[in-house]
Amino acid sequence: MLQDILVTGLVNGGVYALLAIGFSLIFGVARIVNIAHTAFYMLAAYCFYTLLTRFGIGFSLAGVISVLAVTLLSLLCYRLVIEPVREHESAVLISTIALGLIFQELMLASYGGNFLGVPSTIEGVVRVLGVSIPYQRLLILAVAAVMLAATWFFLYRTRVGLAIRATANDLEVANLMGMNVHRMAMVTVAFSVGLAAIAGVVATPVTSIHPFMWLDPLVTMLAIVVLGGLGSLKGSIIGALVIAYVEAITVFTLPEGAHLKGAVALGIMVAVLLARPEGLFGVAFEEER
Amino acid sequence: MSRIILGIALALAAPLVLAQSIKIAILGPMAFVQGENHWSGAEMARDEINKAGGINVGGKKRMIELVRADTNEIQSVPDATNAIERVITRDKVDFLIGGFRSEAVLAMQEVAMDYKKIFLGAGAADAKLGENVEKNYDRYKYWFRVTPTKAPDLFRTLMAVLGDIGNQVRTATKTETPKVAIVAEKAAWTEAIVKGLQATLPKMKMDVVGTWQPSAVATDVTAELSAIERANADIVFTLLSGPVGISLGRQMGERNMKAVAFGINVEGQKDEFWQASAGKANYVATLDTYAEVEYTPKTVAFVQAFKKRYGKAPTYNAASYDAIMLLKDAIEKEGTINADKIVAHIEKVEHVGTGAVATFDKRHDLVWAIGKTSGIAVQWQDGKKVPFWPPQVKGMQPYKMPAR
Repeated sequence: MLQDILVTGLVNGGVYALLAIGFSLIFGVARIVNIAHTAFYMLAAYCFYTLLTRFGIGFSLAGVISVLAVTLLSLLCYRLVIEPVREHESAVLISTIALGLIFQELMLASYGGNFLGVPSTIEGVVRVLGVSIPYQRLLILAVAAVMLAATWFFLYRTRVGLAIRATANDLEVANLMGMNVHRMAMVTVAFSVGLAAIAGVVATPVTSIHPFMWLDPLVTMLAIVVLGGLGSLKGSIIGALVIAYVEAITVFTLPEGAHLKGAVALGIMVAVLLARPEGLFGVAFEEER
Repeated sequence: MSRIILGIALALAAPLVLAQSIKIAILGPMAFVQGENHWSGAEMARDEINKAGGINVGGKKRMIELVRADTNEIQSVPDATNAIERVITRDKVDFLIGGFRSEAVLAMQEVAMDYKKIFLGAGAADAKLGENVEKNYDRYKYWFRVTPTKAPDLFRTLMAVLGDIGNQVRTATKTETPKVAIVAEKAAWTEAIVKGLQATLPKMKMDVVGTWQPSAVATDVTAELSAIERANADIVFTLLSGPVGISLGRQMGERNMKAVAFGINVEGQKDEFWQASAGKANYVATLDTYAEVEYTPKTVAFVQAFKKRYGKAPTYNAASYDAIMLLKDAIEKEGTINADKIVAHIEKVEHVGTGAVATFDKRHDLVWAIGKTSGIAVQWQDGKKVPFWPPQVKGMQPYKMPAR
């Protein structure tokens, strides 16, 4: 059983991490509570499905078009919906909830409530420690690792990344130093939604596409980001692995309570927050900004 | 000028024509496949009846007018009760047909009974719907369940099919006691069936290696399947109505699992299942209602006509067709649309429909019988949904096992 838990937790942790990186970036670095983050993930999945199955475009091109289209849409949404109310966190929260619901209803009206699926990018299964793992899940794990490295490089090794971190650290000082804080926010939104769209494209073959597919990962992502610590990429990865392992342990040790795996994971999150309110790798709230 | 006069005349005559029609509300989640099938089945019945001149009500021919009511019940029970209230009070319908989600249908049943409207269920399996009739006949007598059979009868059907599949597994695996993993979504409708399975399977010489209960909306069951593989299960018994049914079929295929999946997999009943599971769900089997087999004398013709019109096979909710035909027979025999007289007629009648040969018990539930109301079982074989049970029905094909 131990090897099942180890392998299953690692693979599922990779899927969660891929989704959590972008969420953490926008939530922690840009201080935008983008509840619609996973709705963009859903839109990318629908876009990918449409291009693949209705237009017969290949995997790579369909993936690239989907990511670009959803990223551009996010910029439009930022300018029209988020930017005008960005100074008011509760208004941003409510606006992005509305955005997510609008996207959901649009997909429901366009595609109906049916569950859709796309074929795997890579077919086949490999056995690791006696556990079957489809290649598609290993691909997700690899993409998650590459995206993490790319995000780290972007934030810590480029001038734009430095500007984003400076803006997040102190918006007013960054503004006084001549940085275009609105442009930095737009870049952050585009980058993080781009990551969500990539997650939508690579994770779609292991899930079902439907208008409500953004809600379940949203709760998990919130748990991961809060557990790992606001704005901490390392925290997001560790948080994703903790949640994935807790879920795997729940399913393997308590089969009839498999439906409780999400609740148990959230329970662990609450327990950690009671002991360490800033999360595992976050900065204490009172020290922020 | 003559066209204008004709237009005015038609406009004035329209309310008179509508006033003489029989209004039937079709209640279902119209953005989902269940509601689509409710509506499609009803459309076929309406067109067939209206084309023949309508329903003969005491010597007067009256057309059928359908009122499409989106209950949105998968997402919201209050939306469902609002929808049924609206069609009764504003649209002033004569009859109600449809419903899918048990929690919503139980709530809609109350509203329908308040107004003493006949409500023919075409989707929910919860036994309580029929128990209400038995406990308080005067209030709930206007309710009948046209499809599916109630949950305890679904269990009887499941056991009958599992007995046949178990024998094939014994032959293929050369074991006397096949190992069964139960995968049931955590929902009210599965609770009694899970308890029944845990008690009954050992008596059928089958070992229960575990019961896994994922959420109905789960889209990933890799952890559950890893555990099931580790337990060396021969049969994965499914009780799934949500997207988890697709995930299970697909992920079993991706893992090349030798265990066979059988049970209730609502997504597996749809034509879209093969595409949704990316063609991985070979050998997945589920209870179902419609296939091109001679289940009743009307089944094949109905399924063919449905496929021709809508481009896909009907699901069990399309038995809204049978519900309307049942009403038509009752109205024509009684010569009235009076609810109490229609109820008394339906209680006594045997109706040969497209999905069942229906007679009703004191709970106004279908009387269960293999080959009459039990439904059928189907298996996905290389992209086709192949009917295999009950074997005595003409048109059934062999059940297949994956190569070992």
